[in-house]
Amino acid sequence: MAIELNFTIEGGDFSNAGKASSKIKKVLKQLNIEAKIIKKIVVAVYEAEVNVAAHAYSGNVKALVGENDVVVMVSDSGPGIENVELAMKEGYSTASKEVREMGFGAGMGLANIKRNTDELKIETKVGEGTTVTFSLNYS
Amino acid sequence: MFLLMNNNKKYHALKVDTQKCFGCTHCMKICPTEAIRIVNGVAVIDNQRCVDCGNCLRACPADAFYVEQDDLSKINNYKHRVVLFPSVFIGQFSEIYSEGQIYEALLELGFTHIFEVEQPAGWLMESIKDFSGENTHRPLISSFCPAIVRLIQCKYPSLTAHIVRRKAPHDLAAHFAIEQLKKEGAKEDEIGIFYVSPCSAKMAAVNQPVAEKESIVTGVINMKDLYNRIMKLIPTKEKMDTSGFRRYLSREGILWSLPRGESAWYRKKSMAIDGIHNVVKFLERLENDEVPEIDFLELKSCSEGCAGGILLTGNRFLTVERLQKRAARYPKAAQVEVENAAKELVKKKLVADEIKPEHIFVLDQNRSKAIEKLQKINDILCQLPGLDCGGCGAPNCHALAEDMVKGKAKMTDCVFLQNKYLKEQKVKPEKAYKNLEKIWGKQRFEADCNKKGGRNEGF
Ligand SMILES: Nc1ncnc2c1ncn2[C@@H]1O[C@H](COP(=O)(O)OP(=O)(O)O)[C@@H](O)[C@H]1O
Ligand code: SF4
Ligand code: SF4
Ligand SMILES: [Mg+2]
Repeated sequence: MAIELNFTIEGGDFSNAGKASSKIKKVLKQLNIEAKIIKKIVVAVYEAEVNVAAHAYSGNVKALVGENDVVVMVSDSGPGIENVELAMKEGYSTASKEVREMGFGAGMGLANIKRNTDELKIETKVGEGTTVTFSLNYS
Repeated sequence: MFLLMNNNKKYHALKVDTQKCFGCTHCMKICPTEAIRIVNGVAVIDNQRCVDCGNCLRACPADAFYVEQDDLSKINNYKHRVVLFPSVFIGQFSEIYSEGQIYEALLELGFTHIFEVEQPAGWLMESIKDFSGENTHRPLISSFCPAIVRLIQCKYPSLTAHIVRRKAPHDLAAHFAIEQLKKEGAKEDEIGIFYVSPCSAKMAAVNQPVAEKESIVTGVINMKDLYNRIMKLIPTKEKMDTSGFRRYLSREGILWSLPRGESAWYRKKSMAIDGIHNVVKFLERLENDEVPEIDFLELKSCSEGCAGGILLTGNRFLTVERLQKRAARYPKAAQVEVENAAKELVKKKLVADEIKPEHIFVLDQNRSKAIEKLQKINDILCQLPGLDCGGCGAPNCHALAEDMVKGKAKMTDCVFLQNKYLKEQKVKPEKAYKNLEKIWGKQRFEADCNKKGGRNEGF
């Protein structure tokens, strides 16, 4: 059995990025998941949320919180990623000047997601959008 | 210790006077941990969830919350009667009274020794800085405000390791006072240490410390009560020189319990936040790693720090203003010399135990059961109107849904659903009415032109 949580994110809406990760966090606390694990998931979800706000037009987060693991899918309609390998590199960023001035766009997001999860899959189509899927086992 | 409780049950100094409470829901709505429900027409506090912040007392239009305290006559059981109070106590008094006059009134009341808890605060700051060398978690979070410590324990378990393992200024002052008195020849069992508390949180913490075996303080005094007594006894003119009692007080010490009092002293990259609802928002972010690097976080539950404590009299901003003026008259901590050889001993006693998380929001120890319950909460939420009206006796729809899966509430507690069920003839009118009475009490439905609610009282 798993519980499904859904959230929507608008491109450019940085003030609401973080809502999904906070709600997911509350649920994980109610399940008595270890604090260290919660932190990893929350950081990963937050980075994915920020990426939609920073790079895409709109998107949604779907989290499946299960007994042994959590699976998160963040899909957006947006420009897509031309070179995923390059995007994964720490420090690589195409973020606009405005986004950087807001304190985002250090180019660490995707790498951070990878570091904090067990599995990460990026499906993307230039001109259409991106789906980032990641999962983490509790144990 | 008079108020001391056994350790298994969480002690709280805040109580509800069920004669005065009429279940208006103001407290229930403001509580940061959703600890309050209305049962039988009165507010009931969940012992596990309450962090003693006192917001319920502030929000109450009927003055129904009170704070337990020790009887002041108990001081007479001791030969040496020491009063310890935080500097904010002085800040409440109008400028027409000098600190000397206030000190004289305290002696008149029966105390033999007076210590403001922030002397010698330099030792505590030194000790906190020592801790920053032992602990690599950043930011370190101040352990000063007990409401915040308890909030972190239950709501932010991952951050407990960040809390500075040092005791509060009143512990420092108590140990310091004992050492001073012993130096003057007093025997330890003849010394009674009475701490004047600005809030319910410190009261609870003194009676049941979170991170130490037992409290060093002999009794706790309600600051509001003491203020009223002092106002009766205060002499019109200073008759003696009491400045000796204040010789270790410093500028930084006086400001310690105000916003930025600790962080300004700690320096480095430090930040201060006051007001528990502000703190909650910040800790959410901190837990998500959404904040830049910070070395030290000072968090205070009351807005304007202890100047806004629930047991203070007068306006918090005026209190801050007076204390700032007062602080400017005192030397800097570095210039205050303390000729007491007990420094290392006292510093050792300031080390507190590790603070452990309390998983009170966990739905079920069995994870698959907890997931089932979560699913049930979501299903229930689909049915509830989402108005967060409080008509069910819970602070919002979500809280009611959680209560339901815990077996503490039922669908018909929602006044909207109840009406729907009535229309669908799923419940009988008598039963529906009885249910409302169970939450709101029988009197709720009696006409009463003098009742306190519904007239914007308290605003
Ligand atoms: N959802 C997305 N849609 C389009 N491009 C993306 C998306 N997520 C990441 N990218 C691209 O990958 C790069 C690296 O992403 P990330 O590591 O999160 O760094 P940052 O967001 O700080 O630029 C981004 O600059 C952007 O070019
Ligand atoms: S003291 Fe604070 S936490 Fe406790 S019931 Fe009152 S508002 Fe809630
Ligand atoms: S800020 Fe001060 S007065 Fe307010 S709860 Fe914390 S310790 Fe008590
Ligand atoms: Mg990013």
